[in-house]
Amino acid sequence: MASAREPLLAAHGVVKRFGHVQALQGADFTACPGEVVALIGDNGAGKSTLVNVLSGVLAPDGGEVRLEGVPVRFSGPMDAQRHGVETVYQDLSLAPDLDAAANLYLGREMLRGGVWGRLGVLDRPAMRREAVRAFAELGVELKDVTAPVTTLSGGQRQSVAVARAVAFANKVIFMDEPTAALGVVQRSRVLETVRRVADRGICVVLISHNMPEVLSVADRVEVLRLGRRVASFTAADTTIEELVGAMTGSLDGPPQHDTARTGPAVTEAEEGR
Amino acid sequence: MSADSQELRESSKLPEAPLAGADGRQRAAEVLRRAAGVSEVWTFVILVALVAFFTIAAPGKFFTTYDLTQIAVNAAIYLVLGVGMTFVIITAGIDLSIGSVLVLSAVAAGEYNIHHGGPEAGWGTVAVCVLIALAVGTGWGALQGAVVATGKVPPLIVTLGGLGAALGIAELATGGQDPAGAAAAHLQNSLGFGKLLGIPWLVILAAVVTAAFGAVLGGTRFGSHTLAIGSNPTAVRRAGIPVGRHLIKVYGLMGLLAGLGAVMWLSSYGTTSIAGHSTDNLKVITAVVLGGTSLFGGRGSVLGTVIGVFIPAVLTTGLIVIGVQQYWQDVAVGVVLVAAVYIDQMRRKTRERA
Repeated sequence: MASAREPLLAAHGVVKRFGHVQALQGADFTACPGEVVALIGDNGAGKSTLVNVLSGVLAPDGGEVRLEGVPVRFSGPMDAQRHGVETVYQDLSLAPDLDAAANLYLGREMLRGGVWGRLGVLDRPAMRREAVRAFAELGVELKDVTAPVTTLSGGQRQSVAVARAVAFANKVIFMDEPTAALGVVQRSRVLETVRRVADRGICVVLISHNMPEVLSVADRVEVLRLGRRVASFTAADTTIEELVGAMTGSLDGPPQHDTARTGPAVTEAEEGR
Repeated sequence: MSADSQELRESSKLPEAPLAGADGRQRAAEVLRRAAGVSEVWTFVILVALVAFFTIAAPGKFFTTYDLTQIAVNAAIYLVLGVGMTFVIITAGIDLSIGSVLVLSAVAAGEYNIHHGGPEAGWGTVAVCVLIALAVGTGWGALQGAVVATGKVPPLIVTLGGLGAALGIAELATGGQDPAGAAAAHLQNSLGFGKLLGIPWLVILAAVVTAAFGAVLGGTRFGSHTLAIGSNPTAVRRAGIPVGRHLIKVYGLMGLLAGLGAVMWLSSYGTTSIAGHSTDNLKVITAVVLGGTSLFGGRGSVLGTVIGVFIPAVLTTGLIVIGVQQYWQDVAVGVVLVAAVYIDQMRRKTRERA
């Protein structure tokens, strides 16, 4: 699916240092609208750092991030959210004691009209209504949007976090290991959801360790190693062996399939994180 | 705010069950199951049991208007403090300094009063004194909140330091002696001893404060953020909510209510009672925790705190009425407190397993 189009989100030569550790040494990244891009790499390859830079959590020390061709420099996750870029964190970032509706609208609460609204009085019925609608749209059945999130199953919690991102993102959603804690059925549910979100023209960036999963759901796979992009594959034309090879560097010498740049001259193997 | 008004409020919920009719039994079970999940219900059951016990044990003695009024007046100040403490504990914080902040606020207001007319001071002075007490409390609370918000010092330590410092400043200002003429007669005769339709103004004030902040906690964005911060501060920060600023507000609110407590104390007792507030923090924290607010943050309600404040109050009066040494109250409250936290922990574990 769509990959020859104008990139929605692109990063060029992003550098990020933590003290003397260089987590990103000129990393590139490309993602198009309506595309599911998997970002893979070994531990310490710089996946999380790159996503944190792209989602506004970290400010890069060098390089450029473009959203719809326009250079952007997010001042924080909120700024990224204002630009339509949302993140589903690995820990889901939910408040377990609050209900699903309250979590969906955390930080973006709907207020009543008039004086009550100015006093900060919540419009709970509206939030609940909207929450039910948002979940239904994702095909998620939630028996009770007023139950605290902690009483939900792992998959349902995951859905709440995804629904929150989907409800407010209109460009890019980052998902950090969205299926790591899930059982088989729930996992396929979430992947279905991912697919459905992408079909709306939103770009979903998936960080995952699960190779079969990556190949089944992603359109493209970008591989990071030692803080750089070393390969970019079209999911349909690649194999697990090839991905693993690119991740570990055993296929060094350029495994270019489409846009990839050549693998880095193997520098000191410094663990970036 | 008396025990029976609580009872009324609760019983108004119950008719749902009998009305349900055919599939009523199932729905009633559901209602009961839900009710049992709400911690206030358990605490309320304990309160009702206590009231029932004392009413039966001392017929015609316990449930008199005199006792109820007395219980309510005694509880009024703790209730106001408890409302603030509910917010603080819901953020997974604690404020040990409230007694000292109350004293400091009272001393600040009292000193102003002494130099502007003493007991015969006019209404203008009274108004300034009230403002001073509220401002000192709010300022001190916000200051502690600012230190807590840095995340470098745990609230327990910040407010333990605050407890010592505030009391020390109050003692420095007064030489450690309660100054004479700290409260104007106007203040005492109005707020202190005055009544509206037989209900003391102190009780009305406490009820209004409680209702207002109960609504804030349950129905506003401020309340929702307070609960969320106690539940998962990282998530709240990522959602773009300024957690630090919110904590400053919450501890400032606690300070404001401690300042209000100082005004209520001055009007009720006419003295600053510098040495008399060293265990306010423990009493208030006990009440809040008894009321089902979780010390681990994220969960709690003002209604629960109301019930939690009345349990020790009812125990004290009740034990006096039936002729048992009232020191048993401390024993009983201590046991119930530990049990309450134990149950909270158990419920938390079961929930997380689910």
